[in-house]
Amino acid sequence: MKIDALTAILLIPAVSTALLAVLPGYALTARFNVVAAFATFLTSLSLFVVEPTSGQYLLVDDLNKVFIVLTTFVGFTTSVFSASYIDHEIEIGRLTPAFLRFYHAMYQTLMFAMNLALVANNIGLMWVAVEVATLTTVLMVGIYRTHEALEAAWKYFILGSVGIALALFGTILVYMAARPVVGEGLDGMVWTVLVAHASQFDPALLNVAFVFLLLGYGTKVGLAPLHAWLPDAHAEGPTPISAVLSGLLLNVALYALLRFKMMLAVNPAAIAPGPLMVSMGLISVIFASLMLYRRRDIKRMFAYSSIEHMGIIVFAFGMGGPLANFAGLLHMTMHSLTKSAIFFAVGHIAQVKGTQKIADIGGLTVTNPVLGWGLMLGVVAIVGLPPLGIFMSEFLVVSSTFARAPWLTAILVLGIIIALGGLLLRVGSVMFGEPKGPTAPAEASYVPMFTHLALVAMAGIYLPPALVTGFTNVAKLLG
Amino acid sequence: MSSLQFDIAHLLAGSLVLASFMMLYQDRLYSLLNVYALHAGVLALSVAWQAYVQHAPHLYVTAVIALVFKAIIIPVALHRIIKQLGIHREIENVIGIGLTMMAGIGLVALSMVVMLRVTPGADALAREDLAFALSVVLLGLLIMVTRRNAVSQVVGFMSLENGLVLAATGAKGMPLVVEISVAFSVLIAFIVIGIFLFRIRERFDSVDVQALDRFRGERR
Repeated sequence: MKIDALTAILLIPAVSTALLAVLPGYALTARFNVVAAFATFLTSLSLFVVEPTSGQYLLVDDLNKVFIVLTTFVGFTTSVFSASYIDHEIEIGRLTPAFLRFYHAMYQTLMFAMNLALVANNIGLMWVAVEVATLTTVLMVGIYRTHEALEAAWKYFILGSVGIALALFGTILVYMAARPVVGEGLDGMVWTVLVAHASQFDPALLNVAFVFLLLGYGTKVGLAPLHAWLPDAHAEGPTPISAVLSGLLLNVALYALLRFKMMLAVNPAAIAPGPLMVSMGLISVIFASLMLYRRRDIKRMFAYSSIEHMGIIVFAFGMGGPLANFAGLLHMTMHSLTKSAIFFAVGHIAQVKGTQKIADIGGLTVTNPVLGWGLMLGVVAIVGLPPLGIFMSEFLVVSSTFARAPWLTAILVLGIIIALGGLLLRVGSVMFGEPKGPTAPAEASYVPMFTHLALVAMAGIYLPPALVTGFTNVAKLLG
Repeated sequence: MSSLQFDIAHLLAGSLVLASFMMLYQDRLYSLLNVYALHAGVLALSVAWQAYVQHAPHLYVTAVIALVFKAIIIPVALHRIIKQLGIHREIENVIGIGLTMMAGIGLVALSMVVMLRVTPGADALAREDLAFALSVVLLGLLIMVTRRNAVSQVVGFMSLENGLVLAATGAKGMPLVVEISVAFSVLIAFIVIGIFLFRIRERFDSVDVQALDRFRGERR
C-alpha cells in the first residue's frame, strides 16, 4: 500500500495510540501527544497541495477537506491545552499517572476515529468510525470515576448506542435501496457510487432510511429532543474532552448527516431532507436557549450553548442553497473555534476556583484578569455580538433565509436573542462583582485559547479570499 | 429460491420477534437473561440459514459470534454479575405488563406497515426479514424504556442489536456484516464492563479496587 497524505492522517494517530499506550511518564506522553497531533495537522494541510486519489474505502473531496483541517487543527490546539490542564490534575491528585497513559492513548484513538469517519467513502466504515469515536469518548467522560461522571458516561453510552444503532438500520436501508440498481457487494456501500446512482433508487425506501439516519446521527449531533446525553457528558468529563466533543465530534456526526443529505438531494422523488433538518434545528435553538437561564454549572451551561449552535448550523444546512450552506459552514467553523476556546478558559477557571458552580465563581476579571477577559471575549463571540466571527456567520444565516422564510427567521432570531440574554446574565456575575473562591494565579497555557479567539476575531473583520472560494465551492457541492 | 427455504427463513425470523415478546413480560432478571440467550440462539440459527441460502460463507462467522458470544458468554457473565451483586429480583417496570404488551403489538404492526409498504421492489425474503428486524429493533427499544434497572436496559439494547444483525444479514450481499457484528460485540462487552463498574460504584461508593480489597480483608 502506498502511503499518501490520506493514509497518513489515519496512520499517525493509530501509531501514536499504540506508542502512548506503552510509553511511561506523563510529561513525555503529554508532549508526544502534542507532537502527534501537530504532525496530523500538517499532513491534513498537505491535502490542499497534493490531492491523493480516492478509492473505494477512502475519499477526499472539497467537503471533507474543510472538516479534516478543522478537526486536526482543534485536535492539535486542544492537545496543547490538555498538556497543561492534565499537569494540574495530576498535581492536585484528581487523576493518577496510571490513568494518564490510558487518557492519551484514548485521545489519539479519538483523533483516529474522527479522521476515519471524515475520509471514509464507505457508509459502513463511516458508521464503524463514529461508533469507535463514541466509545472512546464514553471512556474518557467516565475517567474521574465519581458518581456523577459514571452516571454521565452511562447515560451517554446508552443514548449514544441507541443512536448509532438507529443509524446502522438507516445504513442497511440505504444499501437495500441501492442493491437493485448498483448490484450486490461493496458498490452498494461506496458513497461516490451511491451518489452517482441515487436518482434511480426507490424513493420510499430512501425516505425511511433518512428518517433513521437523521434520528441516529442526530442523537450524536445533539439535536433536541435527542440531546439528553450532551450536557452531562460535557459537564462531568475532563475539560479537554468537553472541548473536543463540542468543537469536533458534533461536527463529525453532522458531516455524516450531510453526506446522506447530498445523496437524497439527487433523487427528486424522495422527501426533501431540508424541512426535517430545519424544524429539528429550530427546536434545538429555542429549547437550548431557554435552558440557559437556570444553569448552575458553568460547563453544563456552555454545553447547552453548543446544542443551540448545532441547531443554528443544522437549520442553515437544512435551508440549503449556496448562501445558506456557506453560512452554515462558516458558523460551524466559528463555533468550533470559539467553543473550544471557551472550554479552555473554563477548564483553567474551574481548576483555579476548585469548582464548576456558577454561584461559587465571581469577580474573575479582578482575580484572574487574563482568564477572565479571555472567557469574556469568548462569550461575546459566542452570543454573536459584532464584530466577531459568529456575528458574521449568524448574520449570513439569518439574511440568507430571510427572503425565503421570514417566519422561520423570526423564530431563529428570537432563539438567538434569548440565548444572548441567558449567557450574558449568567456570565455577568462570574466576570464582575464580588471576587469569590481561591484567587491563586492560574498556571494556564493561554496560547491555544487566544489563537482561537484571534482567528474568530479576524474572521469577523476579514475573510481570506482563498477561504471564501473554498467554502463557496463546498456550499455548491452541498446543493 | 424454493418455498421450503423461504419458509424456514420466515419461521426463524418470526421466532426472533416472538422471543422479543417473551422478554417484554419477564419479571425476574434470571429469566430475562435466559430468554435473551434463546433470542441470540435463534439469531445464530437464522444467520446460519441465511449463510446457507445466500451461499455466503462469511455469514457463518457472524452466526458463530452470535452463538458463542451473545448466547453463551454474555448471559453467563451477566448471570454471575447479578449473583455477586444480589440483584436478581430487581426488575422495576415503569408501566404495567398488559400495557407494555399492547404497545409491543402496536410497534410490530407499525413496522410491518412501514417496511412492507416501502419495499415492494425488494425480493420477498429480504423484505420480510427487514420487517421482522424492525419489529425486533422497536421491541428492544420498548424494553429499554419500560425498565429502570441498568441490567435489563442492557438486555433490551442487546436484543435491539440482534434485530440489526438480522437486518444486515437479510440484505443480500451486504459487505462489512461480519465487521459490524464484531464492532457491536465490542460495544456490548464494554457495556457489560460498564454495568459492573456502575453497580460496584453504587454498592461500595467507589470503583477503586482498593475499596474491594478492604472488603475482602486484603488491604495493602
